[in-house]
Amino acid sequence: MALLRPARLRPSDLLRLGGYGLRSRPLRAVLSALGIAIGIAAMVAVVGISSSSQADLDRKLAALGTNMLRVSPGHTMMGDDATLPDDALSMIKRVGPVIAATATGSVTDTSVYRSDRIPEQETGGLSVLAAQLDLLDTVGATMADGTWLNAATAEYPAVVLGSGAARRLGDVPTVYIDGRWYSVIGVLDSVPLAPELDTAVLIGWDAARSYLGFDGHFTTVYTRAVESQIEAVKAVLGRTANPQSPEEVDVSRPSDVLIAKRTANASFTALLLGLGGVALLVGGIGVANTMVISVLERRSEIGLRRSLGATRGQIRTQFVSEALLLSLLGGAGGVLGGFAVTAVYAGTQDWPAVVPPWAIAGGLGATLAIGAVAGLYPAIRAARLAPTEALAAA
Amino acid sequence: MSPVIELAEVTKSYPGGVHALRSVDLSVEPGELIAIVGPSGSGKSTMLNVIGTLDRPTTGTVRIDGHDVARLSDRQLSALRASRIGFVFQSFHLAPGRDAVANVADGLLYAGLPKRERERRARAALVRVGLGDRLGHRPHQLSGGERQRVAVARAVAGDPTVLLADEPTGNLDTASGQGVMDLLRELNAAGTTVLVITHDHDIAGTLPRQVPMRDGQVV
Ligand SMILES: Nc1ncnc2c1ncn2[C@@H]1O[C@H](COP(=O)(O)OP(=O)(O)OP(=O)(O)O)[C@@H](O)[C@H]1O
Ligand SMILES: [Mg+2]
Repeated sequence: MALLRPARLRPSDLLRLGGYGLRSRPLRAVLSALGIAIGIAAMVAVVGISSSSQADLDRKLAALGTNMLRVSPGHTMMGDDATLPDDALSMIKRVGPVIAATATGSVTDTSVYRSDRIPEQETGGLSVLAAQLDLLDTVGATMADGTWLNAATAEYPAVVLGSGAARRLGDVPTVYIDGRWYSVIGVLDSVPLAPELDTAVLIGWDAARSYLGFDGHFTTVYTRAVESQIEAVKAVLGRTANPQSPEEVDVSRPSDVLIAKRTANASFTALLLGLGGVALLVGGIGVANTMVISVLERRSEIGLRRSLGATRGQIRTQFVSEALLLSLLGGAGGVLGGFAVTAVYAGTQDWPAVVPPWAIAGGLGATLAIGAVAGLYPAIRAARLAPTEALAAA
Repeated sequence: MSPVIELAEVTKSYPGGVHALRSVDLSVEPGELIAIVGPSGSGKSTMLNVIGTLDRPTTGTVRIDGHDVARLSDRQLSALRASRIGFVFQSFHLAPGRDAVANVADGLLYAGLPKRERERRARAALVRVGLGDRLGHRPHQLSGGERQRVAVARAVAGDPTVLLADEPTGNLDTASGQGVMDLLRELNAAGTTVLVITHDHDIAGTLPRQVPMRDGQVV
């Protein structure tokens, strides 16, 4: 007597069986896959947009460099504003791994106006900073318009406006500072590593001394150091700038501030991911619902297949693979949708569009898990049907 | 030669005191062609389902091709149906939207054949039932008689030992029904054991053996 063993279904046959159920009701398949697609698209887009913004920041940082340090006077033990010693800049330049160093000095008690007819109280919140000629290269700033100060213009009543200052003052050929006109010779692009320059009106060191009574103190020293030594340099800068009271010196790495801002966005991303998860759950329930109806409608098909020799397991697998296929359809559509949303949004922000592979893999993986869970119960019900009962349903 | 179907003291009861089969004994030799006749509700379909292992008896023994059905698991019964038993139903149970070849080939899915081979055998079976020129037709493009022929082709494509037909001509006009009966006779002549339930006395009268049923018993 020959052994009775059911034949195994090939993977290709399973795929066909699953697809057959969907193809017989295409509209229903598309609609129920849509729920999954929306959930996956939301999640992929959230991850994609945050990755794109990150990629943009990385790109910016790569261009700007992360090797800049900013030295400024902090506070004395008594809580008063401290000052940097006059030889701070030359001392810093002497540190081995320091590549470049430059300084700005705050010209206090001055206000900038676009004309002499504006009342004196209405200052624009702009600061006047005396700048050294190598400031531009050290902080990685670029000109939006006009020219930077040179040896000649640094001695004359001429100014360069930060991007924010230019916006506030408008497109003017001259500005009015403390009873004198200064010609505007250039405008800077915004400076991500030194945002304080954006709201500044920059004037040559000597001009500040001769026209505005500038005391010549450094208020900020910008330095570039060898990247690999940056932490070591950061550690000694306080002592170098002010050997008597190193604790009165603030040393910071502006690129860290940019990176910290990015992590602040992470909690918002988590919230959006949660919303995407809810959409996905609802999508999964939609798939389960579709499968339950499908099983009810196809009882006679189930009975026929049982009479043809399908085991309970094979009926179960058929419906599970149908559910998997259905949600995978949604998942694939969702990944594409999320990609599109990311690309469009990144395009408007001038970011590179980036969707990390783990997000795609995660999206499809979640989809498969949902399909399996959503399909299992209807599939088990289908497999439990008694063949005669199922056949009688026709 | 040992019988291919053997029922001994088979009963089938449903909850609520319905006794669909009361101690049925039946022995069928390989190659027989049998008409099962009897009034409505006499247990014909129930007996055919028990023979086809779609249903298990409440008591008694059922042997199919030497296998004691009571000793077989659900998986083994499925394998038995896939390899030894073909069914034809009154309502044809064809998948709408799929052509004749696909419908017949689907019947071989559980025999473990690759797709190409399934389709090859499906075409051969369709030619055998006289539908060689309707291979690509879908059910709605076929007449009732042709649909039932597709169903017969599906039942015999796997070359079963036993063919069970529950009122295969019930939905057909006399001429089409005649055609399907002729087909079953041909298959029987080629060696398949065939059991047909029919209400048609003219049809039943032409078959070599008749099993009359009444009140759940073979009389
Ligand atoms: N699932 C079931 N539950 C309860 N009673 C059932 C069930 N299936 C069949 N019966 C009963 O068993 C008896 C025999 O039914 P069966 O279907 O075998 O009759 P039949 O001879 O095929 O009748 P017909 O010629 O009308 O098809 C009937 O009285 C029927 O009501
Ligand atoms: Mg019946």
